[in-house]
Amino acid sequence: MARAILDFEKPIFELEAKLEEMRKVSDNLDIGNEIIKIEKKVKQLKEELYKGLSRWQRVQLARHPDRPYTLDYINLMTENFVELHGDRSYKDDKAMVGGLAQLDNYKVMIIGQQKGRDTKSNLYRNFGMSNPEGYRKALRLMKLAEKFNRPVITMLDTPGAFPGIEAEERGQAEAIARNLFEMSKLRVPIIIVIIGEGASGGALGIGLGDRILMLENCWYSVISPESCSSILWRSWEYKEQAAEALKLTAPDLLQQGIIDRIVPEPLGGAHKDHKLAADNLKQVLIEELDKLVKIKPDKLFEGRIEKFGKMGVYQE
Amino acid sequence: MPWFKRSKQNISPDSQKKDLPDGMWEKCPSCNEIIHKKQLEANLWTCLKCDYHFRIGSGEYIGILLDAGTFKEMDKKMRSADPLDFEDTKKYTKRIAETIKKLGLFDAVRTGTGKINGTEIAFACMDFQFIGGSMGSVVGEKIARVIDKAYKEKIPLVIISASGGARMMEGAFSLMQLAKTSSRLARLAEAKIPYISVMTDPTTGGTTASYAMLGDVHIAEPKALIGFAGPRVIRQAVGKDLPPGFQRSEFLLDQGFVDIISHRKDLKSTISKVINLLS
Repeated sequence: MARAILDFEKPIFELEAKLEEMRKVSDNLDIGNEIIKIEKKVKQLKEELYKGLSRWQRVQLARHPDRPYTLDYINLMTENFVELHGDRSYKDDKAMVGGLAQLDNYKVMIIGQQKGRDTKSNLYRNFGMSNPEGYRKALRLMKLAEKFNRPVITMLDTPGAFPGIEAEERGQAEAIARNLFEMSKLRVPIIIVIIGEGASGGALGIGLGDRILMLENCWYSVISPESCSSILWRSWEYKEQAAEALKLTAPDLLQQGIIDRIVPEPLGGAHKDHKLAADNLKQVLIEELDKLVKIKPDKLFEGRIEKFGKMGVYQE
Repeated sequence: MPWFKRSKQNISPDSQKKDLPDGMWEKCPSCNEIIHKKQLEANLWTCLKCDYHFRIGSGEYIGILLDAGTFKEMDKKMRSADPLDFEDTKKYTKRIAETIKKLGLFDAVRTGTGKINGTEIAFACMDFQFIGGSMGSVVGEKIARVIDKAYKEKIPLVIISASGGARMMEGAFSLMQLAKTSSRLARLAEAKIPYISVMTDPTTGGTTASYAMLGDVHIAEPKALIGFAGPRVIRQAVGKDLPPGFQRSEFLLDQGFVDIISHRKDLKSTISKVINLLS
């Protein structure tokens, strides 16, 4: 796997590299004890580092270029995935993927925002930024799931809905609003998982459901720290402060009552071990599905109205 | 999701305001016509020469649209609780307190019931002056409750939008107001109660991406800016100039997202006509 190293991870990578060197020469020298000591130290250092991450550092992890994306999770968690394409009205949005799959004992519809890993695939995926047809494709797949009584799982990972001329011409706002309206009423369970970046309305456009899960190193808010900085501080330089002010990490959102559950990631982030990250998520999804499929379809709508009705803080 | 707008006027020295007696006169931002305030008010804050629609607040719309003396306000004093203890260049609590003091409004929307040509309706009107008409917990909750009022009383709902989008200072709470209001509208729609969405200048961001775009009938004032992303953001993203008239009411009607463009003078009769035909 290609290695992109974030600034704050450097000390650990340096130590690990040294350790590797020592292991190579350890056959000739008696430094086994020394190695074990350093290994312990590295592990301890890692645990401390990742426990004490700032909000901005979490944002960086959420954007890590080696992080698993929607299709990675689908491939690692499910069997018999059949990808479906198009909104049946305009075109197939490559920044929004989805299809039918077998997750353990459940036949489900999985939909998610898809980023690319290099320049070429990022252009193909429009950097994970959907146009209106992406939201309409997602809705079409959800309606299909409803028709055949399949639970829906959506994965949020986008820097935002695409702010383009054509996106506005085709009704970006209407597409997102329509999804919120229709997802409220959908007569099958919906589980939302934030797997990377949850940027504002673009993410929320597939984000209304019965349970909201969030991977440990993600962010979800009304605006990205950079844009918030540029508007409120009139400069791009205050992104760290903006990230702190927005309280946009998984622990923050759990405390705010906006998400229901944090899904643990491998030490150092989901990109360190895609398989383990996917296994963790799969296990949580199955637990949640076991509970949700018992709810009568008639109760889902009222449950969602109540769930989102509680979100907000005001004085009377 | 920008909630402020940098006005392009007044940049060149020639366009500076001329010396005029204090507060008596207004200049039309579109055609530069100087209009006496009394005259402007009598003309429902539209330019006598070019029909430019000045931005007005909930107080004015209540006077224009509802039968005199029929407005009964709900949740009047609901105000923000600063859930994130938010601070940018200024503390959010301070920003709120100052805005309340300056405008005499408690947040960016007023809600209640009233009559429109004798028909009882549930009514909400946003105030762009209040932190860019931004939607935080208070706006979301008040809109949700006025939707519920329409649902329980089985009366039509009219919402007048004027907003830059969701309010940054309440982070994810603001974002969730899109979901809160949309799910309530879904329930209202199931009960087959009419909802008329009126979009005024400007209606953008999270407000457009939730209740403003979910009406049974969409009415817009002429030349109002309506969209998801703001024009500045789009220009940056695509790196080219935007076509003339882009994201204006007439453009939205052509694209199929607005049903009717109504001059402010006809707004009351238009809404009333639609409601009567639906109920």
